[in-house]
Amino acid sequence: MSKRLDPALAVFLALLAALIAFAAWLPAWAQSLLSIALATGMVVLGLTLLMRTGLVSFGQSLYLCLGAYAAGILNSKYGVTDMIIAVGAGALVAGVVAFLLGFLMATYRHIFFATLSLAFSMILYGLLVKSADLGSTDGFNLTAPTIMGIKLEGALSQRYKLILGAVLAAIATIGLWRYLRTPLGRLAPAIRDNELRVEYMGASVRHAVHVKYTIAGLLGGIGGALAALAVGHIDPDSMAYWTVSGELVFIAVLSGSASVIAPFLAAAVFETLRMLAHDYSPNTWQLSLGAAMLLLILFLPGGLASVLVRRSREPAP
Amino acid sequence: MQQFLAVLIDAVNYASWLFIVASGLTLIYGVMRILNMAHGSLYALGAYTAASFVGFWSTHGYFPAGVFLMLIAAAVTVGVIMGPLIERGLLRLLYGKDEIVLLLATYALFLILEDVIKLGWGVDAYYVSQPYGLLGNVTLAGLSYPLYSFVVVGVAVAIGVGLSWVLNGTQRGKLLKAVIHDREVSQTLGINVSRYYMVTFTVGAILAAIGGAFTAPQISVSLGIGVEVIVLAFAVVVIGGLGSLPGAALGALIVGLARSLAVHYWPAVELFCVYFVMALVLVFRPQGLFAAPELRKI
Amino acid sequence: MSTASSRSAAAVLQARNLRKQFGAVTAAGDISVGIERLSVTGLIGSNGAGKTTFVNMITGYLKPDSGTIEFDGRDITTLTPRAITRLGIARSFQIPQLYDALSVEENILVALGTAARNGQLGPATAPRGQASRLARQQEEQALAQILSQFQLRDYRVRLARVLPQGVRKALDIALAMVARPQVLLLDEPTSGVSSEEKFAIMDMIMTALAQQGVTTLFVEHDMEVVSRYAQRVLAFYDGRVIADGEPKRVLQDDDVRRYVVGMSHAAPAGARSHA
Ligand SMILES: Nc1ncnc2c1ncn2[C@@H]1O[C@H](COP(=O)(O)OP(=O)(O)OP(=O)(O)O)[C@@H](O)[C@H]1O
Ligand SMILES: [Mg+2]
Repeated sequence: MSKRLDPALAVFLALLAALIAFAAWLPAWAQSLLSIALATGMVVLGLTLLMRTGLVSFGQSLYLCLGAYAAGILNSKYGVTDMIIAVGAGALVAGVVAFLLGFLMATYRHIFFATLSLAFSMILYGLLVKSADLGSTDGFNLTAPTIMGIKLEGALSQRYKLILGAVLAAIATIGLWRYLRTPLGRLAPAIRDNELRVEYMGASVRHAVHVKYTIAGLLGGIGGALAALAVGHIDPDSMAYWTVSGELVFIAVLSGSASVIAPFLAAAVFETLRMLAHDYSPNTWQLSLGAAMLLLILFLPGGLASVLVRRSREPAP
Repeated sequence: MQQFLAVLIDAVNYASWLFIVASGLTLIYGVMRILNMAHGSLYALGAYTAASFVGFWSTHGYFPAGVFLMLIAAAVTVGVIMGPLIERGLLRLLYGKDEIVLLLATYALFLILEDVIKLGWGVDAYYVSQPYGLLGNVTLAGLSYPLYSFVVVGVAVAIGVGLSWVLNGTQRGKLLKAVIHDREVSQTLGINVSRYYMVTFTVGAILAAIGGAFTAPQISVSLGIGVEVIVLAFAVVVIGGLGSLPGAALGALIVGLARSLAVHYWPAVELFCVYFVMALVLVFRPQGLFAAPELRKI
Repeated sequence: MSTASSRSAAAVLQARNLRKQFGAVTAAGDISVGIERLSVTGLIGSNGAGKTTFVNMITGYLKPDSGTIEFDGRDITTLTPRAITRLGIARSFQIPQLYDALSVEENILVALGTAARNGQLGPATAPRGQASRLARQQEEQALAQILSQFQLRDYRVRLARVLPQGVRKALDIALAMVARPQVLLLDEPTSGVSSEEKFAIMDMIMTALAQQGVTTLFVEHDMEVVSRYAQRVLAFYDGRVIADGEPKRVLQDDDVRRYVVGMSHAAPAGARSHA
């Protein structure tokens, strides 16, 4: 197992670099679309880490939402407008909550994991809907963010959000790629396959799942904060309701779990399709999603990742 | 005292509604190991179809009490068409796959059906007040209740008793239990497992549609009703123990009581008390109240 | 190989008065057994005699209803399989427990990584900076060694799911051996393997074990295999030990022939030994 960077990841990093360099030349709609795709991809990256471990969370909107609200509250209630601090706060809040809930979640599997995560996300939804200070179901708007003391207006703000998302996506993919090559990271597919054997190797399944759950929560929080910055508005229905988790699961299925870059590609595809559907056929958007998901389950169960990562089964020379 | 009684009556009403929906969900899970997210859409389809049937009946001026027959006819129509269609057309391709894969497939189906409803009935709300108005009100403990709510309670009890009887008191029910216990062995014994699956799924679909049809008169039938009900029904069956009918009944009562208490005494927590109860139950009984953990033989 | 008569050596593993009941079934009824360091013990018994239950209790998968288990003088009765594995008791399974979606190589790498994390592959001595490269080299070496010891080289990149039964068994045992255990419990290492292959597999396992100095207990139905490889035989029936001693003597024991070997085996199995 060499530590050399995997070619698909290298290409992806080059794309991100190009994105950062040429962000200014992209039309506004594309900048906005890509910012949102990067934010969503970040959340889905965490979801695919769980899927790699054999776990499907139907409540990952919990962390998306925590990240978004942490960033949003700092921004509009406390006047802390810095984007980097916003993302850091989102990561911190979501990471801490994931770490704490992780003690519990790490003992659940299969449908119980899926439904318990759903329950936690719905509790947060219920809390937010009743929080008049946070605008209840209407949510609230963010004020224009700054970065390291620089005030960003209009197009500039748009561009820096995209650049921040791209930088964080690069860090997250490299980080996770490396993590998956450590002994602890390698346990993920082993746990999915055979927990009994993992325990009989002397490794703690519970600990390994807890770590992965925390990482997934952390990534969810970063993604949520990025999403809040990109959209400039947050509310419970588009951040916390279970259908948001459902969409994230859809993107994770589209992505597949065998590659760290596939979540971003899947998110980009998804957001593009959503934009097109919104313009051309709003009444069949869910129908198309559902049909696409069925086709994926039936014909491409490994998702985009299985196309990106062709694992060699030939004897090594 | 009066308030307490009101809490109880609300709890029972709410629990009955939940049980009707959850019974089908838990039945399907118990037999087929599928946690069917499309159950919410079948519920919604039942409500919309009931709206159309009742509307048709009333505009033609047939005898008024017939609207109750229309509710049942709507549910059966939805179940008998959608059940076999979904089971034969989709689920059968996925048997033997992981439970989670089936969960995802039914979620996809749920998305599709949401738009099918939108395309079929449009985005406007429907009102089906006839059955409701027909029965008037009763006064209990000084409070006035629509008699119709107790019809729903009656339907729930009938479903609970009927299902228990079929499962425990009939030959077919016993064969079904054999199928639940061991699919392969039943197959070699000559039981037509595939048929049992289709029938079970169809019955489950009818139950979902009954839930929707009998709720239709109490609400405005509009988009998104299936979205909410499915997660509530999840909570109920998970609390009771997936696949357990008594569990679903107990789960429905617990959730009904929790919600009713919240509505009367602490409205701020109404929206999430159900999920809170669910999380609490899972913390202390990870398999739910009525299901036993399995020890793998090695 | 030392002989079975070296009873004076202290038992590395000591089970005392183990009982385990499953409803009306007595899977273990007062079992007391000591296993000496570096010995090779065969465990025989008809189906349902309680052999797997015994292994499950030693390794912490099942808690005995009563009784104690000591390893190196330390009470391990209530420990988890994980803790017991870390202490140095490993096992293989009657039905191989593999990572079916991973290749043979990946299966072993997962095990190696865990063993390294648990410090079971010896201390890393390299200075910081070179540590990771050195660790990788060590890992490659260990992998190559295990692949060759268990004759898995030809299957290196094959998915575990598609391996033939004999190879699955070998990989299952290899995974148990990765962490260099002191005691290894093998649950039917040759079950599901053709009788011609049995001796080849046992030879391979025993050679690998002898190289590393591992105390071994193996469950086996084939009396020829037992008499060839075991220094001592324990015969189980109905959750009890009905005979214990040298293979020859145990296999000729009346009770053992009646309850374990079965009357159809006319000749005492020991007499047909390939040894
Ligand atoms: N987890 C369990 N639950 C219930 N009964 C069990 C369990 N494990 C074992 N038993 C029963 O205990 C008895 C002993 O089983 P065990 O698996 O130890 O036998 P064995 O000697 O390994 O048999 P075999 O040669 O078939 O592997 C059997 O009757 C078995 O059915
Ligand atoms: Mg056994």
